[in-house]
Amino acid sequence: MKLDRRSFVGTAASTAVLLAAPAAIGQGRPRVVVIGGGAGGATAARYIAKDSKGAIDVTLVEPTRTYYTCFFSNLYIGGFKEVADIGHTYGQLASDHGVNVVHDWAVGVDRAARTVRLAGGATLSYDKLILSPGIDFVDGAVEGWDVSAQNRMPHAYKAGSQSELLRAQIRAMREGGVFAMVAPPNPYRCPPGPYERVCMVAHHLKASNPTAKIIVVDPKPKFSKMALFQEGWADHYPGMIDWIGPEFGGGNVSVDPAGMTVTIDGEVTGVDVCNVIPAMKAGHIAEVAEVTDGNWAPVSAYDMSSKADPDVHVLGDAAQQGDMPKSGFSANSQAKVCANAVRGSLTGSKVFPARYTNTCWSLISAENGVKVGASYEATDEKIAKTDGFISKTGETAELRKETYVESEGWYAGITADIFG
Amino acid sequence: MVRSRLILLVAVAFAIRCGPGPALAGDAKDGRQVFAECQACHEVGAGAKHGVGPHLNGLFGRVAASHPDFAYSSAFAHLRDVGHVWDEETLDAFIRRPEAVAAGSRMIFGGIPDPSARADLIAFLRSVGDGTGMALLSADADHGVDPAVLAIRGDPEYGAWLSGECTTCHRADGGDKGIPSILHWPEDRFVIAMHAYRSKRREHPVMQMIAARLGDEEIAALAAYFANPAE
Repeated sequence: MKLDRRSFVGTAASTAVLLAAPAAIGQGRPRVVVIGGGAGGATAARYIAKDSKGAIDVTLVEPTRTYYTCFFSNLYIGGFKEVADIGHTYGQLASDHGVNVVHDWAVGVDRAARTVRLAGGATLSYDKLILSPGIDFVDGAVEGWDVSAQNRMPHAYKAGSQSELLRAQIRAMREGGVFAMVAPPNPYRCPPGPYERVCMVAHHLKASNPTAKIIVVDPKPKFSKMALFQEGWADHYPGMIDWIGPEFGGGNVSVDPAGMTVTIDGEVTGVDVCNVIPAMKAGHIAEVAEVTDGNWAPVSAYDMSSKADPDVHVLGDAAQQGDMPKSGFSANSQAKVCANAVRGSLTGSKVFPARYTNTCWSLISAENGVKVGASYEATDEKIAKTDGFISKTGETAELRKETYVESEGWYAGITADIFG
Repeated sequence: MVRSRLILLVAVAFAIRCGPGPALAGDAKDGRQVFAECQACHEVGAGAKHGVGPHLNGLFGRVAASHPDFAYSSAFAHLRDVGHVWDEETLDAFIRRPEAVAAGSRMIFGGIPDPSARADLIAFLRSVGDGTGMALLSADADHGVDPAVLAIRGDPEYGAWLSGECTTCHRADGGDKGIPSILHWPEDRFVIAMHAYRSKRREHPVMQMIAARLGDEEIAALAAYFANPAE
């Protein structure tokens, strides 16, 4: 879609002023409630509060006081980071931008009354609601596994204690033991994530437990950066990693957490550590708010508003938006578009046309980084990819190191952009 | 390799002053090649002006960050406050590990580990003198951007919106660990750099992709915003 900027801005801004008038004039400051303090929610809260300069009352509901980013949590598992390196707090959102940070669980949404109910008993009113709840797991997705088994077989796909547990299990593994990963079906959070994790586990085992084996059971015939990862596995961890795709039964898997076995196409294998990454769906509150259709919440590509309710926006992993991967970078990009639209609607500020980008870096071995990225535009149907790039196989060590150093810079950049 | 007598003398003096340890005699001609990396931001020679970084004429013996007409980062301003003077020794330490001397500066430079390359660069910078005797070295030369495009006055408010696409990686507080700072660049330098990515004269897959869908007016808007960012 091509739009002349001036005419678009003019129309959108004047429309926004008309729409905003009742909310802005009626009852003091308009109120935005954001549920979920990750890459989508915290960015949206920060940008709305920062750019409205106090004209909008922003409340962020997030149960944890320290947020551990899923991005870079694989580097923690590989021993390249410590857990404190991926932890972030919300003090600056409150002190620098006046965001009201409430550490509680949102348990109910009444879209007719425009209220959010918290587990602690309080009720919050909103003019605009932003849901950025991340992912939950689909019940029964991997036979034999449910959340009660996550200490025996961690998912480590919501970072924090699960990441610490998985790292500890890998480090305590017996000599020559077996690490198994059950990879998820599409779509899921961070497409290269499971495969970067395989690299990081292999990196650790190669140094400390070189006769150990890694089995990856995968329902997908292809995965993100596949050629790059397979090249990396062959070059750096030869003979250690066995990837079992669907043609060899990777899609027919059950686990027994009590017996520590994985059954692949009827064949039972004993394992020492098992990382089960089940099929995913939008974070539960999106279902509670009744904005999901199937596992995800469909949104407009123009402003990330829910197709079920224009006063509710859904960001990041939970949203069904089109071509963007579910990543922290995507959520951050979507949050800025959403923040601009919400602010325009509530205060009459200029609304600019949506622009989206994403880049995902992955670490293959020490100082050996690769990346994939794309730009996107809003269309009536979806967020549509317009252009992209990917690292190439056979790149020089120097370029791979540059890419790794760049990923460190990106981490510092995006976390400052999210948390202030 | 031909080395001028003067440079040898300088090196000998340097070696004596520094006491034990090898002191390398630099070759200004080779240093000119090393300077190519610096030239993206720093000018030297006749008529050199400040760009992304200050010009480097008359560097030796000068107190750090002492051009009154250049907006230094706080890291360099601190060096000025403590009376840090640029000479062979202080320059060598800085060029070896910039982070150790001016931590948190906006300079996009990771350092040069090779001592002989550093010695060459320092010899070159000394050979610049006050710049009057040397032809101008500037990244501006041959940038290929139409003067009419450089003359576009960008809309900073539009630039503020567009900047959201930049600040996911380029830190709004000017930190530059791994990814360069883009704060407080002269607008023309910003425009020239973005056009170089858009025309693929400058390498970098992410930046080429970002620049590919920015129009002239959008690049000017970003340049205007980042020259005086809000935060």
